[in-house]
Amino acid sequence: MVTDTDRTSTQACIVFDHAAIRRSGRLIWSEGTFAIPSGTVTAIVGTNGTGKTSMMQAELGLLPLDAGSLQVLGQPAGQANDRIGYVPQSYTSDIDSNLTAEQSVLLGLTGTRFGIHPVTRQDRERTRKAMRFVGVEDRAHLRLSQLSGGLRQRVAIAQALVCDPDLLMLDEPLANLDLAGQRATVHLLAQLNSRLGMTIQVVAHDLNMLLPVLTGAVYLLDGHPHYARMDDVLDSDLLTHLYGTKVEVVTTPQGDMFVAPDMDEPIGPVHNRYQPSQVARLHETDKERTS
Amino acid sequence: MTTSVFDSHWTEILAAPFMRNAMLAGLCIAVAAGAMGYFTIARHSTFAAHALAHIGLPGATGAVLLGLPVSVGMGLFALGGALVIGALGKRASQREIATGTVLAFATGLGLFFARMSSSASQQMQAILFGSILTITRGQVIGFIIFDAILLILLALIYRPLLFSSLDEQVAQARGVPIGLMNLTFMAIMAGVITIAVPAVGTLLIFALVVTPAATANILVASPLRAMLVSGLICLASIWGGLVISAMVPAPPSFVIVTLSTLFWALAKGWAALRA
Repeated sequence: MVTDTDRTSTQACIVFDHAAIRRSGRLIWSEGTFAIPSGTVTAIVGTNGTGKTSMMQAELGLLPLDAGSLQVLGQPAGQANDRIGYVPQSYTSDIDSNLTAEQSVLLGLTGTRFGIHPVTRQDRERTRKAMRFVGVEDRAHLRLSQLSGGLRQRVAIAQALVCDPDLLMLDEPLANLDLAGQRATVHLLAQLNSRLGMTIQVVAHDLNMLLPVLTGAVYLLDGHPHYARMDDVLDSDLLTHLYGTKVEVVTTPQGDMFVAPDMDEPIGPVHNRYQPSQVARLHETDKERTS
Repeated sequence: MTTSVFDSHWTEILAAPFMRNAMLAGLCIAVAAGAMGYFTIARHSTFAAHALAHIGLPGATGAVLLGLPVSVGMGLFALGGALVIGALGKRASQREIATGTVLAFATGLGLFFARMSSSASQQMQAILFGSILTITRGQVIGFIIFDAILLILLALIYRPLLFSSLDEQVAQARGVPIGLMNLTFMAIMAGVITIAVPAVGTLLIFALVVTPAATANILVASPLRAMLVSGLICLASIWGGLVISAMVPAPPSFVIVTLSTLFWALAKGWAALRA
């Protein structure tokens, strides 16, 4: 396994401390106390309306906490945003954008600059590098409106990568993609994590596709977020409880994730199915573990 | 019969001082509309731009009622409307009903003010459909000052404005003040509307601010190039409209809008053939 030791220090990347979120008066979730280590790939999971996107917005400092504290990259949420790459779900909405892929990625670098700043050769080189990494270099001069959803997402990821972030946050990156597109995206995330040591956080409702790369998950259950490492908690059981419908999950031994030649084919799948009573018990033990 | 339709003295008309003012005004309008048209489309604010012109209508007729210059009332009302729309946020799709309702009410109010005085009533048609040939030298100087401010301001906020037009959420996460961008954009838009209304009027403004930008977007992809091409199409429409209306008895506004629409249709056809 290749990891970048500079970035994957034991230092926590995101630290929640008794955090709570309220939206238009309604408590979304509360008592979030956990730390996500640097260099990990974490999913935020939960059913619709449990506050997955709210959690990401809180981490970006776009949504104030109702209680508690939240540190991201060693600073209060929102203070270190220039070290965060963010890919929202909305990359699909603006399909008639007239910008080319390259111009769009370049904005990730220059879009915050007020005043007159000519684009430097260095800016262009960094843009090209980010596009090469996600594999859209040959589409640089196509307009966003001419690209498929999958390619548009890659451009959005390149735009997030171009400022060389330490943390990459993606909201539902696998939604609206076909199977091949989902696999390509998961592969890309694995590359970013293993080759660049980037900490990655993903909002997801379909975990299966992400399992080979995930090191942990924040699950929003009963109005409280919990964090657990994947090898500890890959409770298919828990997920079954989480989604209120039978979920079949594959437990993959951590460590096999990046060395597997084809990460889309998990090694040694173990299928688990639990009863709701067992789920409740596992949920309790997990609480003890994280607290 | 043909001699009566075609004005053989059209070159003399073109040399007249009022025509020179109209040409200069056309140039100023083309610069402003070219630069802002691109952002209007990129920000999905075309309907808001159209509505601003109508919101300005009661200001224009009200100004006549009070004996003030038309553009002062127009500008104040458009700016007020712009700041309200801007403060509500970029989600234009959710505002369509509110915008449309206010648009209709403002147009009605404009009519009401116009009926309260005979001079406003006389100017009503000019405000609705434009009267580029009556633009004064003083107005042209005002347009030039506005263009200078617009270009300087746009140069300063160009990249953050473009970034927030592409994806507001990402821009906001990266620290672009999107609320301020919105307000600034709408305020500039109100100014562009105010200077473009004398040329084609509140009803036909879409063809001058949005249509050339849409045509340019079909032809070129780079934002700066699109603004340049859009400005040139706008200029060609206005100047072409002035020249043609000097030759044949047709109101300039009609010819300007026709040319603008024609360029757009040609570009659409060209794109369809190429695809």
